[in-house]
Formats: sequence, structure tokens, C-alpha cells
Amino acid sequence: MIDQEKIIGIVEAVLLAAESPMEVKELVELFNSEELDKDTAAKTIRDALEVIGSEYDRRSIELKRVASGYRFQVKQDYSEWVGRMLKDRPPRYTRALLETLAIVVYKQPVTRGDIEELRGVSVSQNIMRTLLERGWIKTVGQKEVPGRPALYATTKEFLDYFDLRNLNDLPEISEIQELVVKEIQEGNDEVSREVAVNIDVEDNEEGGQLSEDILDTDNTSSNVVSLPLSNG
Amino acid sequence: MSDDLAVALVDGAPVTEFPKDLHIPPEALKVFIELFEGPLDLLLYLVRRQNIDVLEIEVAEITKQYIDYINLMEALEIDLAGEYLAMAATLTEIKSRMLLPRTSSDEEEDDPKEELIRRLQEYEEIKLAAGALEKIPRLERDLHLLSVEKPEIDQDIPQPEVELKEVLFAFSSVLKRAEMFAQHRVEYETLSVRDRMASILTKVNLDSGFINFFDLFEADDGRLGIIVSFLALMELSREGLIEFVQREAYAEIHVRALKADVENNRYQ
Repeated sequence: MIDQEKIIGIVEAVLLAAESPMEVKELVELFNSEELDKDTAAKTIRDALEVIGSEYDRRSIELKRVASGYRFQVKQDYSEWVGRMLKDRPPRYTRALLETLAIVVYKQPVTRGDIEELRGVSVSQNIMRTLLERGWIKTVGQKEVPGRPALYATTKEFLDYFDLRNLNDLPEISEIQELVVKEIQEGNDEVSREVAVNIDVEDNEEGGQLSEDILDTDNTSSNVVSLPLSNG
Repeated sequence: MSDDLAVALVDGAPVTEFPKDLHIPPEALKVFIELFEGPLDLLLYLVRRQNIDVLEIEVAEITKQYIDYINLMEALEIDLAGEYLAMAATLTEIKSRMLLPRTSSDEEEDDPKEELIRRLQEYEEIKLAAGALEKIPRLERDLHLLSVEKPEIDQDIPQPEVELKEVLFAFSSVLKRAEMFAQHRVEYETLSVRDRMASILTKVNLDSGFINFFDLFEADDGRLGIIVSFLALMELSREGLIEFVQREAYAEIHVRALKADVENNRYQ
């Protein structure tokens, strides 16, 4: 048997070297029965993960549990400087894409028709392609209506990307409705101001023919994209 | 145009004039309309400008504003998606229904105002949800994965024993594969039409003047040889040295030398 101290070291090393998040089960499988008591293995690993997690409290990286398992990541506090170091600017997503994604998140499984009905405009092929290519949504079946349209749902990759463990980590629709009420109380100054800001940064994606419609790679504007009505 | 956009009075209170922020150049207006994700978004904006809940929507007022808006866009020759026009029609329908006295049969129908409110509410939720999604910390922008150099892996991978039969089996598959890739080199055969003409003529003359057409070809000649033989026959025929004869349609074709026995032409 390997002592707990060493197991902590091994788990940490493996997670540091791992390319993608790892589940407890996958970590357990790295040990043979002489190294780790199989009966208590899962608990041993979980304890080790907890110790590792707390040890990084004061450092710039953290051990995070996301949908696909545990992973190390740089804490958000440092993203600004890490971003400066990285040459590629992070992709920015347009409102059309985020709204489409939000519909899949909250109404899944949905068809393309459902998305169009909710947004009141046609969905550009580019947006669906981007969401599928990023692996954030996938087809989970076909709706039994004429034409048998594909039904879309979100994926683990979506949760991983947005630092979530599961969909329950997202605000519920009821919480969003509270936001609506709050917006009304706070008045409409917000609305016009936000629209003014958005003139600088938002692209139109109604037609959706251009890839820039989705990936807003323009980095000249220092305005952080702030969506109207989302100051909650 | 500003004449059309006089201040309106709703419930005795001055509500809204045409949005002030619209008095900007047409190019900017185009940008402005492009800010909206569609008619629902524009409508929601107009409702919100009045600082009211979607439920308290003043259809008449909103319709007026919306249609003023659309008219302005059209006056400026800004292409609007069909959805915007469809919404204008829906709003007008709701407005006209409200002007008419309600009858009991109306109650049973789906109220288009209710439907519109439901859609606006749903759209607003989605819009806010999208805003919430935008704010959630995400990879590449707020969070970064680590880039840790992995230790050099010095593993002893046990070498499996290789049995002789495995080697032989592998070898045989190599051979099979080689067969598939075998190249067939084609060389020109030195076949001469003249030579073949001579040999055909000899054959024809030997066989007392008649020979079956098929007997003039040898299977071993190969494709090229057969072609050369045929060319030789054509050439001989052209030079008037041989003649093709056939007793009747579809009967066997014979070849005979012309000068050998000209008068004995019973086949003709």
C-alpha cells in the first residue's frame, strides 16, 4: 500500500499532466491492488483531492470539479494577465449565439424550429455549426413531427467550458424572472446606456453569412461586452 | 418626418415621443436596427423604454411606435427582415381587435395579445439567460488550463515473444500484398502488319484457296496480335489479294485468295 502522502502527490501529478478532466474512477484505475486498497480506493482518492484542493487555496491555481471530473485551472483572478501573455484573444460570442445557446440550455431538448420561435428570427446555419463544432450542443434524437427535426441538447463539454458541474449550477428560470422584475424597478436608463455601448461592440448576425457574426474577434474595442438588461 | 412623431398622450400623461436616440444619421440608424436580435427584441426595447412590465403593454402605443420605426427604416431604405414586417402585422391585428367590441366567440379563440405577451416574456427570459451565460466564467477568457511539461516517461514495455509461425504468417501477408502491387510491364511486340499479311496469304493459298475467318487468328497472338492480323486482312483485301465470302447472312465468313481460282466463284 502506498501511504496517503504519496497518493496525494500522485493524484496531483496526474491531474497536472492530464489533458482533460479526470473522474475519481479514472484516478482509482491508475493504481493496482497492491498500491491502493480497492475497497476504500474511491474514498482515499476523494480525500486526497480534498487535501490538494485546500492546499492550493492561497495559490494562483485551483483544483476544480467540472462536469467531466477534476482539473487544475488558473484562478479567474489572474485571467487578465494570463490573457495578456497569450497571443490569441479569447473568442467572443455574439448575442445571437448566446441566446441560441441559452435556449438549448434552458429548453432542451429543442429543435431549430423551437429556437426560431423563441427568438422570433431565423437561426443562422453558422451559429448552429459553431455550437456543434465547439461541442457545446449535440443532437440527441429527432422530434416525432413531420420532417423529424433534430433535437439538440447541451454536452459535458459545454459544462466544462463554462466551469460548471451540472446544469443546476446555472441560475434557474425563476431567478432570471426575478432579474426581469429588478430590471423594471431600476428603470430604463440602463437600457439606453447599454444600447449605446453596444453600438461599438456588437455585430449584426441577422443574416449570419459571415463567420465574424459568431466569433467576434475584433479586439480593438476596450469595451467589455455587456449585454443589455444583464446587470444582475 | 418629425411631424409624424408628435408626443403622444396616454392616460392623460405624456408618454413617449419618438425615441430621441433615433435622431441620428441613417448609417447610425442602420447600426441601431442591427443591434436588435429581431422584432421581439425591438418590441421589448420599446416596452422597456416605457419602464413597464410586459404584462402591462399598451398595445396601441407600442404598435404606433413600432410602426413608426418600421416606416422610418423603410423611408431610409434600410432592408428589414421579413420578421419585422410580420410583427407589424401582428401588432396591427391586436390593435384592431381591441377597438372592436368583444364577443363571446372571441373569448374562445387564442388571444393574440396573450400570445404576444407570452412570447415577449419568454424572449426576455432567454435574453437574460444569454446575459447570464455571458457572465459565467469560462475557459479561454476567465479561466485557463495549465500547461505543465510532463516528466519524461521511462517505461519498460515488456517485449512480447515472437513465434516463428507469426513471422511466417506476416511474411505470407507481405507476399500477398506484394502480389497486389505487382507491376505488369508492357513491352511493345514487334508485330508488323506486312509480316502478318505474308503469313495470311501463305495460309490462304495453302488451303486450296479457302480458309475460315476465325482460323486466321491465333489466341496466343494476344490482343495486339489479333488486331495486327485484322489490319493485315483489311490491307490484303484493299490490295485485292483476298476476298471475304459468306454463304448467307450470319453464316461463317471465309477468306480466299483472289488470284488462285477466280472463275470458281460459286459463293457469290
